Amino acid sequence: MKTIENVSLHVSRRGFLHGALASGVFVLSARLIPQPVWAAEAEAAAPPFQPSLWMSIASDGTVTIVAHRSEMGCGSRTALPLVVADELDADWSKVKIDQATGDPKYGDQDTDGSHSVRSSFDLMRQVGATGRVMLISAAAAQWKVSPKECTAESHFVVHRASGRKVGYGEVAAAAAKLPVPKKKDVPLKSRSQWRYIGKESNSLFDLPEMVTGKTIFGMDAAMPGMVYASVEHPPVLGQKIKSYDDKAALKVPGVQKTLTIDTFKPPHQFQPLGGVAVIADNTWAAFKGRKSLKVEWDSSPHSEYNSAPFRKTLAATSRKPGKVVRNVGDVDAEFAKGGKIIEAEYYTPHLAHVSMEPPVAVAEYRDGKVLAWAPTQNPQAVQETIASVLGIKKEDVTCHVTLLGGGFGRKSKPDQVAEAAVLSKQLGKPVKVVWTREDDIHCDFFHSVAAMYMKAAIGADGRPTAWLQRTVYPPIGSTFDISATYALDEMGLGWNNLPFDIPNHRAENGPADYHVRIGWLRSVANIYHAFAIHSFADELAHNANKDCVQYLLDLIGPPRIVPLEYKEEDADEKQRYPLDTARWRRVVEIAAEKSGWGKRPMGKGRGMGIAAHRSFLTYVATVVEVEVDGKGQVHIPGVWTALDAGTVVSPDNVRNQFEGAAVFGTSLALFGEITATNGAIDQSNFNNYQLARMNRAPRHVDVQIVKSEAPPAGVGEPGVPPFAPALYNAVFAATGKRVRELPLSKTKLV
Amino acid sequence: MIQFKVNGQEKKFDGDPEMPLLWYLRDVAELSGTKFGCGMALCGACTVHQNGAAIRSCTTAMSEIGGTEITTIEGIAPMHPVQKAWMEIRVPQCGYCQTGQIMQAIAFLKDNKNPSDQDIDTAMSGNLCRCGTYQRIRAAIHQAAKHQATTHPTMKHPTMKHPAPKHPAAKHQAAKETT
Repeated sequence: MKTIENVSLHVSRRGFLHGALASGVFVLSARLIPQPVWAAEAEAAAPPFQPSLWMSIASDGTVTIVAHRSEMGCGSRTALPLVVADELDADWSKVKIDQATGDPKYGDQDTDGSHSVRSSFDLMRQVGATGRVMLISAAAAQWKVSPKECTAESHFVVHRASGRKVGYGEVAAAAAKLPVPKKKDVPLKSRSQWRYIGKESNSLFDLPEMVTGKTIFGMDAAMPGMVYASVEHPPVLGQKIKSYDDKAALKVPGVQKTLTIDTFKPPHQFQPLGGVAVIADNTWAAFKGRKSLKVEWDSSPHSEYNSAPFRKTLAATSRKPGKVVRNVGDVDAEFAKGGKIIEAEYYTPHLAHVSMEPPVAVAEYRDGKVLAWAPTQNPQAVQETIASVLGIKKEDVTCHVTLLGGGFGRKSKPDQVAEAAVLSKQLGKPVKVVWTREDDIHCDFFHSVAAMYMKAAIGADGRPTAWLQRTVYPPIGSTFDISATYALDEMGLGWNNLPFDIPNHRAENGPADYHVRIGWLRSVANIYHAFAIHSFADELAHNANKDCVQYLLDLIGPPRIVPLEYKEEDADEKQRYPLDTARWRRVVEIAAEKSGWGKRPMGKGRGMGIAAHRSFLTYVATVVEVEVDGKGQVHIPGVWTALDAGTVVSPDNVRNQFEGAAVFGTSLALFGEITATNGAIDQSNFNNYQLARMNRAPRHVDVQIVKSEAPPAGVGEPGVPPFAPALYNAVFAATGKRVRELPLSKTKLV
Repeated sequence: MIQFKVNGQEKKFDGDPEMPLLWYLRDVAELSGTKFGCGMALCGACTVHQNGAAIRSCTTAMSEIGGTEITTIEGIAPMHPVQKAWMEIRVPQCGYCQTGQIMQAIAFLKDNKNPSDQDIDTAMSGNLCRCGTYQRIRAAIHQAAKHQATTHPTMKHPTMKHPAPKHPAAKHQAAKETT
């Protein structure tokens, strides 16, 4: 039997940098974290600077760096330790990474919002540099020379004048006895001194194990004596068990028993959905037993949810005035003048995350405490959720973070971890909960369904003199507050911060009720916002008979800093990340140039489209080329993306993220659609919720990273939003058909 | 009693003959490199070799493997040119589907030593990657084909940048192997 030891991260066990010293505090950027978990966030947001939390050096020279962000494919677990190692001047081959358990002492640990590097870059530099200064001080003291005469060079402290050098491991014990220097006495390296940050040679820390099958994902975690569980969830959100018959299930070889899990009390937050769990000797027996289970469910307020009529409701709301979230000039006065008015409506359906590893977790409840192993983006949310569901203290929940087989936002919600804990408490032994793909799709925290209404008044030069944009969708806030109907943080995701150079501009949001769990999915509301904005911009360009790239540049306007309303907690973001249209224009120009925009004959059925969107503080422009064949099937021979994400830690990984974003974008643009009938989700597996396969994915994706010394911005998500509108604009160029809804598979092009 | 080989070792199984090979490998044989993704042969994460041919272990019942030789990612040793190419091209993002991709690619390259893009697309389109690493997978397969043409297939393990295992959870793997 595979076992997992109760491994705790004794990060200071080898000694070195110890003692808490509140010499520095880092500030988090505000992110898409809904209200009910703000309290925990706030508490976790400002820990004292304590280098020993993050790093230790053993006498053999092994440097152990703690990764406090999860690895779900974006490279955070590698990038942050690389930054520490760089400032420490450590030899990367002597670096080990320990994955942090969930603990407020690490500050916020939620790997989401494309902010891991952005939020922790400065802190990680400080940690590494502090270590370097202490090692140099210790060596200098031994040599009785001034630390100023010594340098750190790849795991050694060197005194050039005398030719002496000492390895980090040999001097670590002495360094550990020194006081932690103040921030002002810790010089950071200049950019030219960086040995890892920004280097092409960086690769994922876990790469060798990934190609040999040795990595431990959540699916691979195990505890001694554990049993396996598969849970039959209510098909409609909020349903409770009316009755169930487990006689046939219990006859399946390997099935031990069945247990029930209470349906949550609203709001559902990250609580278990409820249902009947089949407990078995192995995963297969649990799955098989579940198929023989007969469960009757009571009714739910969401049993009337049907996607087709709901779409009509959303669209109707989008035609009515909504809550104003940004206003420049007076669009109404401009519209009242008459002249040319263009209106358009757009629609995007629910999407499911479908990370390749379905939700899974192992947990053991014992003596009022829980130990869990989970592929989670947010181990602190695991602590919070389990503590709340079981009525124990969150300090009594230990969450170890495995690698994640994809996350895309789904795995910041730990409902399946809580299921394992609830079942373990009932059984008195560790439980591994494994979701099937069907469970994953039926019971996701779905990307919201959205309707957008756009209206513009067009001036004599073909440019808009007024622009109204209205968006309507069940908000993420409904997951935390059942009365929430208006969006909150989603407004900052490409809606209230559109810097088009239009004298009259208003952005609005209309209300919508939720009927399934709504969550955030890679790039979140930017997906539908960018789809509407950049489809509409393209429509206006064609209407004006202008080149789409030039028209887009004209809309963005001259290089300038665009003033935006920021929330108080975003002051740091406003200062460090001003909305700079020069950077936006540059990515448009680069993508257009690389794609050969306007310079290559397209021929029949071929065309190119462009969109440019800023999200997670990164500027991205994407050109998509399509070929629509005689059957109306869309092929994508090329994609050209240019991005400005400020300072980049691992360029090759960033390219990989944007190459992947083009495929993720292809999936949602061509196929992605989740629908509900009488409250239950219609799709179930990859046969009816299709993803782009190699033969439908873009044939070639070119990614250009703008060299920048600006602070680091996001890279995991920003590649997604411009893709769908660029693709649709290309389809229009190729076929003359303007499609205003996702996915494209619903529209016959020929 | 079903008798078969896994990674060269003789095995016997007298449990539920309907159990898919995937769950035997993962839960009984404790070979966790083979992944669960869909249970319907739609994603390829569970790909292993049966007598050298790529199969989806999630829809292959134990009753179907008697007398055959199963190879999983753990049985690919020393490092295969395909794995080497995967590292050189830095294919993975999350890594979850990659063992299935690699097993599919190894079997494919045995039959097609010099594949075209079209050949690769046809052979690999049964394997999903939600992170979207297809472009790199295609490049890595071309690179592996080149490696195979110029080197002995059992090449040396390439220099790794990191010692393994490193993930905290990996400690249990190491402990398990000694008990």
